[in-house]
Amino acid sequence: MDLDGVYRAEYGRCVATLTRLLGDIGLAEEAVQDAFAVALQKWGDEPPPNPGGWIVTTARNRAIDRLRRESTREARHAQALLLHQPDEPVEVGPVRDDQLRMIFTCCHPALSPLAQTALTLRLLGGLEVAEIARAYLVPEATVSQRIVRAKKKIRDAGIPYRVPDDADLPDRLGSVLTVVYLVFNEGYTSTSGPLLRTDLCLTAVRLARALAELMPDEPEVIGLLALLLLIEARRPARVGPSGELVVLTEQDRSLWNRELITEGHDLVRRCLRRAQPGPYQLQAAINAVHTDGPATDWTQVLALYDQLLHHTPTPIVALNRAVAVAEVHGPALALATIEELDLPGYHLLPATRADLLNRLGRTADAIAAYDEAITLATNDTERTFLEARRARLTTNR
Amino acid sequence: MKQYLLAVQFDETTPESEGEREEQMARTGRVTEEMQAAGSWVFHGGLRPSHATTVVRPGNGTTTMTDGPFAETKEQLGGFWVIRCDDLDQALSWADKCALACGCPIEVRPFDDGSED
Repeated sequence: MDLDGVYRAEYGRCVATLTRLLGDIGLAEEAVQDAFAVALQKWGDEPPPNPGGWIVTTARNRAIDRLRRESTREARHAQALLLHQPDEPVEVGPVRDDQLRMIFTCCHPALSPLAQTALTLRLLGGLEVAEIARAYLVPEATVSQRIVRAKKKIRDAGIPYRVPDDADLPDRLGSVLTVVYLVFNEGYTSTSGPLLRTDLCLTAVRLARALAELMPDEPEVIGLLALLLLIEARRPARVGPSGELVVLTEQDRSLWNRELITEGHDLVRRCLRRAQPGPYQLQAAINAVHTDGPATDWTQVLALYDQLLHHTPTPIVALNRAVAVAEVHGPALALATIEELDLPGYHLLPATRADLLNRLGRTADAIAAYDEAITLATNDTERTFLEARRARLTTNR
Repeated sequence: MKQYLLAVQFDETTPESEGEREEQMARTGRVTEEMQAAGSWVFHGGLRPSHATTVVRPGNGTTTMTDGPFAETKEQLGGFWVIRCDDLDQALSWADKCALACGCPIEVRPFDDGSED
């Protein structure tokens, strides 16, 4: 592995450990950057056998040197912390705990959602500020400002660097899972630009894997990992030869990643055995049905959507459920279930309505609904897809 | 230990009956007692509505006085607690109790403890 590879794989872990040792994320990042600069000079072509451990030790020594030269209150505080830490070797256990602490700090609900995502991608995903800016199509300065401000709030407001206690855990875990899920969604259907941002999908899957390893007894954590794996498995079939969007029912199933599907199905079965269903587990189960056998069993999908809607009665779930209603009970009933939905600005509501109207032979209404969806869609690939659907209707007339 | 201000954002435009007010005072009083028992309480106080406020502004080496609060907004500072605890999570769990007790939003702000920016 070259230095870039080590950086991407180890940066987050090293910063998490140094944050525990120094009590401050900013100081930890500086120390880790210093250590990578030393590595650049010393390693040559061959990194040491345990590059992460080398970086942590070097960063710690550099931090001690740096703190001795400074006399600020933070420096003295950090120095005192460092000197009182046992000189423990870098083991798997404490490292994992450090990363777990870090993700709860990054996703603290006292931080804005954008700051939570940016911090998580930077400190756990190891993404550079420029990469985050590209992914979210915002200027680099905006991202770095958000990150700087969030780190200041963590320090000044006293956001703790620890895993929340049992009473707070369900709520706080929710915001961690939301961030990972949103990172994946942005990768799978980008707000604009190309449809897919594979790096974001892979980062989200990696974070979900890390969470599942850290919290194997939390069913929703396992549910989220299963969900992401089962969606990720279909990614190769989601875009056609000329970059066009291919919907689930029209995808070439031979392109799906069997390995990920098997892993996802195993995880869903694990969740079912626990019998503590939650929204991520139910969505994972729905995707397990989609990826099971040669065609989707819509009756089973609808039953799962009924459960999901009961659990999470949001308009988005109701809209997705309508697609299953159409397959099981026909488009007329499906249309009736979404008539009252209020999802301002969400292009998939008129897009779904257009499809149902078309199946009912109400072509003029379908065209009007497609027009509405096309105006609202922000991603070019999705818009092109909707335009193609609309064009079929006008030529058939 | 850090100190935090829990400031009550009180909506002065919503009318409140005498009975409601008394119940609210009883509930917030119980939270204060709980803070005192836990060793987190530093200070607290309820404030008169903003009609009783006067602002004194400096300018040109002297001051001018105006009637009323800084800003004529719906929500005004209605009262506050100052608490001492380990971190924001502890402060937030007190803020949860305060918000439920008084039925108003609570702004949680750390005191400047003199550490650098």
